[in-house]
Amino acid sequence: MQTEPCSCLSEALRTMKIGLFIPCFINELFPHVAMATLELLESLGCEVDYPLQQSCCGQPLANNGDSKGACDAAKRFTDVFHQYDYVVAPSGSCVSHVTHHYDWYIADNRDYQQLKPKVYEIIEFLQDVLKLEKLPKPVYFPHKVSIHQSCHGLRELHHASPSELMMPYHSRLEDILKLVDGVEVLLPERRDECCGFGGTFCVDEPELSTAMGEDRIAQHEATGADYIVGADPSCLMHMGGIIRHQGKQIRPLHIVEILTGRGERT
Amino acid sequence: MKDDSVKHPQAAAEFLKDRAQAKWHNSAIWWVRQKRDAQAKQLPEWEELRRLAREIKAHTLSQLDDYLAQFEANAQKNGVTVHWAADADEHNRIVHGILAARQVKKLVKSKSMLTEECGLNPYLEQRGIEVVDTDLGERIVQLRHEAPSHIVMPAIHLKKEQISALFHKELGTEAGNNDPTYLTHAARANLREHFLTADAGLTGVNFAIAETGGVVVCTNEGNADLGTSLPPIHIASMGLEKIIPKLEHLGVFTRLLARSAIGSPVTTYTSHFHQPRPDGEMHIVIVDNGRSDILGNEEFYQSLRCIRCGACMNTCPVYRRSSGFSYSYIIPGPIGSTLGPSRDMKKHGSMAFACSTCGSCSNVCPVKINLHEQLVLHRKKDKEGKQ
Repeated sequence: MQTEPCSCLSEALRTMKIGLFIPCFINELFPHVAMATLELLESLGCEVDYPLQQSCCGQPLANNGDSKGACDAAKRFTDVFHQYDYVVAPSGSCVSHVTHHYDWYIADNRDYQQLKPKVYEIIEFLQDVLKLEKLPKPVYFPHKVSIHQSCHGLRELHHASPSELMMPYHSRLEDILKLVDGVEVLLPERRDECCGFGGTFCVDEPELSTAMGEDRIAQHEATGADYIVGADPSCLMHMGGIIRHQGKQIRPLHIVEILTGRGERT
Repeated sequence: MKDDSVKHPQAAAEFLKDRAQAKWHNSAIWWVRQKRDAQAKQLPEWEELRRLAREIKAHTLSQLDDYLAQFEANAQKNGVTVHWAADADEHNRIVHGILAARQVKKLVKSKSMLTEECGLNPYLEQRGIEVVDTDLGERIVQLRHEAPSHIVMPAIHLKKEQISALFHKELGTEAGNNDPTYLTHAARANLREHFLTADAGLTGVNFAIAETGGVVVCTNEGNADLGTSLPPIHIASMGLEKIIPKLEHLGVFTRLLARSAIGSPVTTYTSHFHQPRPDGEMHIVIVDNGRSDILGNEEFYQSLRCIRCGACMNTCPVYRRSSGFSYSYIIPGPIGSTLGPSRDMKKHGSMAFACSTCGSCSNVCPVKINLHEQLVLHRKKDKEGKQ
C-alpha cells in the first residue's frame, strides 16, 4: 500500500527499517487492525517490512507456566526481529511481554538485549520516535469514545498514569486523540479497572472473567459513548464478544482505526 | 479454620451466582480502595514513602538473622520471655504451655492473622481453654464458625442484616434491629465481660523493633490494649518477618499502613509494648512456619516485605468479585496467592491462576512487592517442577 510519504519525517527516520509485529490473534481475528497499523506507518513515510516467519510472542505460554514454550517463542521473536531498526506492534500487552518479561527466559541472549529497547507499541512509536504532531491525512470522527486503558499498556508500558500511583496525570491515548477532529473523549468510572480478559485467565476462570467484562462494559456504556477505544485488541476482543453476545450497542474500536480514518467502517 | 480444598474457579463461579450480593461485595471493597486513594493523594511524598518502606524491609530481610538476635537480646533485657517456634504446631504448643502452666481458662485475642495461620483457636479449645476473639470483625466470624474473609476486614463478606441475625441468636439482641450502632454496642458490652474475666491476652504484632526489643500493635478498636492491660499475662505472636531495625523507621510504616489498609491517616491506637506490667508476664513467640524457606527463594522472598495492610485485596478485581472464601489459603487475594503457593503449590495452586495479571496490586502495595509477577512465576515454577 503506497501513499505519499509525509514530508515531516527526517531523512534518518525515513530510511530506518521497521519490522511490523502483528500478534497472532490480530493476524487471525483482527486483520483490519494490522492493515490500519501498516497504512498509518507507510503514510507517514516509514519503510515497513512484515517478516512472514513471525509467530506468537509467547505470552499465553508464559502466563500458563510453560517456560519451554515461552523460551522458544522468545528466541524465535528475537531471531525474526533483531535486525530491524525498530519493531512496532498494535498491542500493548504483547509488546509488554517482549520488553518486560523475556528476561525471565532469555536474559543472556545478546541479540534480545539489543532488540529490547527498539520494540514499541504503535502509539508510543508515533509519539516518542516519530514525534507525531499531525495525522498524515485529516480525520473527522464525530463520535463519543470511552477510553479503555489496557492493564499492561497502562501499568507496564506506562501509557497513562495508573490510578493507584500518586503522580501527575497523563494519558497517551487522550493525547493522540487530540489530533482527531470532532471526537469527544470520555473516561469510565474506575478509569483503569481490568476488563477481565487476562489471556488464559478467561479460560481458567470463565465466570469471573465474564463478570469483570460485563461490569467494565457497563461502565463504558454509562459514559454515553458510542465506542470503547483502546490500544489493545485483546481487551477489545473480550469486551466485543460479550457485547455481541448480549446485543449491546456500544462498539469496541482500536485507536489506529480512528487515526487512519477507518473507524467508521467497522 | 479454612477449607483448604477449595478451588478458586469453582468457588468464584458459585459466589457469582448471587450477582446482587457479588456486586455489593465489589462496591463495598472498592469504596475502601477509593478511601485509600484519597488519603494517599494528600501526601506529596507518598511514592517516596513506598520506596523507603521497600528499602527498609529489603535491607532488614538481607540480614534478618542479625536483627532477630538483636531483637531477642533487647526484649530479654526488658524482662520479656522470648520463644522460637519453627512451625505452627510448635507455636501452638508454646502458647498452650504458657497458658496451661498458669491454669488459664480464658484467653482474649486481638489482631492476629498469625494465630489463624497456625490454627491456634481449635488447638486451645480442644484442650479446654476458651478463646475469645475481641476485634469486632473477628468476633463475628468466630461466632459464625468461619475463617476471616479478609485480613483487615474479616467480616466484609457480611451485610448488617446477617450480623443482626447472628447477634440475635448468639448475644440476644432484638430480632430485626439492624442498626450498626446498636449492634456494635451489644458486641462491646458482651466483650467487656470477657475482658474482665480473661486470664491472659494474646495479640499479634505489626512491627517488632530490633533496637528496642519492643513490639508495636496497630488497632482501631483498642482491644489489644484492654486485652493486655486487664489480664496479667500478655503473649505476642509474630512472624519472623515483622522486624524493623530502629524506632526511627516505624514512622515510615505507620504512615503507610492505615492509609493503605482502610484509608485512614492513622490507626486509632498505635500501642508500644516493651515489658511486662508490674507483677505480670510478657511473652513473645517468634514464628517461622515456612518463612525461612520463602526467604531463601530468590523469586519469592520479597513477599516477606508484606505489612498485611490488605490494600492488594481491596484493589484486586478478582478478589472483589469472588470473596476471600474462594481462596484456599488463610490469606486471600494477591498476597495470599503468592504466600499460599510458596507454602504448598499442590494445595493452593489454583490461587496462582486466580489473576488476570492486571498489576493493580503491585501498584497499591505500600512496600512495592511485585505481586502480579510473583503469581506468574509460581505458575512457571509449578510447570517446571512437573517437567
